[in-house]
Amino acid sequence: MKILVPIKRVADPDNASKLKVSADGKSVTSEGLEWKMNPFDDWSLEAALRLTENAAEKNARVGEVVLISIGPNDEHTQRIIREGLAKGAERGILVDGQDVGLDSDIVASVLKAVVDKESPDLVVMGKQAADGDSNVAGTKLAEKLGWPIINYAMKIKTNDDGKTLEVQRELDTGVATVKVTGPAVLTTSDRILQPGSVKNGVTPDDHQYAKLEVGGRYASLKGIMQAKKKPIDQMSLGDLGVDTTKALSYTKFELPPARSGETTFVEDVAELVDKLHNTAKVI
Amino acid sequence: MANVLVVAELLEGKARKTTQSAITAAKQIAEGTGGSFDVLSIGDGAGAAAEELTGYGAGKVLKAEIPGGYTCEKYAATVAAAGKGYDVLVACASAFGKDLLPRVAAKLGAGVASDISAVHTEGGSLSYTRPMYAGNVFGTVAIKTDKQVVTVRQSEFGAAQESGGSSPVEEIAIQTDPAADKVEFLGVEVVKSERPDLSEADIVVAGGRALKSAENFTSIIEPLVDALGAAMGASRAACDAGYVAPELQVGQTGKVVAPKLYVAIGISGAIQHLAGMKGSKTIVAINKDKEAPIAQVADYFLVADLFEAVPALTEAVKKL
Ligand SMILES: Cc1cc2nc3c(=O)[nH]c(=O)nc-3n(C[C@H](O)[C@H](O)[C@H](O)COP(=O)(O)OP(=O)(O)OC[C@H]3O[C@@H](n4cnc5c(N)ncnc54)[C@H](O)[C@@H]3O)c2cc1C
Ligand SMILES: Nc1ncnc2c1ncn2[C@@H]1O[C@H](COP(=O)(O)O)[C@@H](O)[C@H]1O
Repeated sequence: MKILVPIKRVADPDNASKLKVSADGKSVTSEGLEWKMNPFDDWSLEAALRLTENAAEKNARVGEVVLISIGPNDEHTQRIIREGLAKGAERGILVDGQDVGLDSDIVASVLKAVVDKESPDLVVMGKQAADGDSNVAGTKLAEKLGWPIINYAMKIKTNDDGKTLEVQRELDTGVATVKVTGPAVLTTSDRILQPGSVKNGVTPDDHQYAKLEVGGRYASLKGIMQAKKKPIDQMSLGDLGVDTTKALSYTKFELPPARSGETTFVEDVAELVDKLHNTAKVI
Repeated sequence: MANVLVVAELLEGKARKTTQSAITAAKQIAEGTGGSFDVLSIGDGAGAAAEELTGYGAGKVLKAEIPGGYTCEKYAATVAAAGKGYDVLVACASAFGKDLLPRVAAKLGAGVASDISAVHTEGGSLSYTRPMYAGNVFGTVAIKTDKQVVTVRQSEFGAAQESGGSSPVEEIAIQTDPAADKVEFLGVEVVKSERPDLSEADIVVAGGRALKSAENFTSIIEPLVDALGAAMGASRAACDAGYVAPELQVGQTGKVVAPKLYVAIGISGAIQHLAGMKGSKTIVAINKDKEAPIAQVADYFLVADLFEAVPALTEAVKKL
């Protein structure tokens, strides 16, 4: 099975509260913040790796994961692709593009062009990029390809050849189960990191992954060494022939208003109840 | 002038409250630009739900009865066909709206502004505010395509009230999509609770990793939830650990809530959690660690061991 995993480089989401807006309000500045792999893509990469390995045999790959990132062709984007290669992906593609020139629509078009070239069996991607928080590119890509979209996968079970998948989707009212015939686009939910979330027909059924708390697996030292030799194809938006007219135009950015008032440290339960009942009048 | 189509969200044959938030946004767009709005009721039980939706002042209510469980591919072509006659399509940014509308948008060649928190109509031109970067930046965005697709953040658009009157109901044809054959709906487990819905409750009591077990959620958190008539929420760590169901997660990847009162118990206040609750009017933190980042947003902070403080708080609340 061949899986395409799009990964975006984003300003460190754990420090998003340090972002600033330019004086004219026209741009967001992330100076001083490290570039990181979009954490949502880290989860989808983990899912793709699990789908393409026999986890019971160390390093036994049974498929191929190709990474694709659209971003400035600089050391940061390259480093993030290398990070994914070090975790186990086999190849990378870097499409040179500036963030301000992109929106989920253009990203979907670029990804479609890459899918047309690479013919993967699945595209497994993050549900959202942690900078724009749009949650659009995956579904638009699926429609452009005429493929099904399976959003918010929390459990994936494939049959032996990987052509059909049974997926549990996390909804805000519960959990839906669908059977999908590939090729398809999947996006992942947090729960995809759970020890038993992916069953691929090669890894023994009772295999449980180690519990991952925050993101996907760490790269091993060996993986980091191997990644240095793995290929990263570089191309431009023009090479792929996609229309780069943006559907969205941001006219202004601003920081959210600070919460008014100080934090009152209450002494005990009685004071808390008094404040909530008599001052805030919320209970 | 923008004419708007609201895509209703049905659950077991009834319109969810999310639909009323989408109607509120649609009314703002229509009124601000001198247009009008219609509602599309689509899915299993769409006919009955359409009747329910005739009292909100829509020009008409379209209905498209599609039996069986929801899949994006089963609905998108019909929504897109209906959407051809409108300038703006609106749904709530729930798991349903965020799943369905981008596919519809792609069929219509439309840009999507997702999870908007405000509508602007100054001078008749439309733009929207969107929280980005987990709510740390607000962007104002205009959609440049002929048709616009937006999903709205439920906590920022109050539920529309019935305004009397009765919109006519009109049946529309179902369109098929070849991709629909690739997805077979096997079932859905809908989580039912007697408690208020997390997204709609006036008070939310949320627990974190510090609760340590599902049993402690039951014995420590639930009594307070019920004493306050609140909804129950949780951090991702608590959901991941299986202490409570995933639907209760509050945050960037969970639900975004903005109740009158939010009580965070044994939750550190990671940036991704704050993204889902910092719009709450009054925030209370109960935490052993007074340096926990939740202090950045808390109005009241009780530094205490939750296992002692919460039962005492429950008793005190019951006496009010
Ligand atoms: C991309 C991404 C998306 C995410 N989305 C979300 C999301 O939607 N929602 C979310 O919640 N998280 C989300 N997270 C995870 C988030 O970063 C935190 O890991 C998580 O919120 C931590 O949960 P917690 O506060 O319960 O646990 P912890 O951070 O472990 O905090 C536990 C707290 O309990 C306190 N405590 C311990 N014992 C006691 C006691 N006896 N009495 C009182 N206090 C006590 C501690 O002082 C501590 O502050 C996301 C992470 C990523 C990377
Ligand atoms: N510049 C990019 N490069 C690679 N993948 C991207 C890029 N932008 C978005 N994506 C993918 O699309 C998903 C959804 O993004 P979005 O719709 O922008 O929130 C992300 O989780 C990524 O998998």
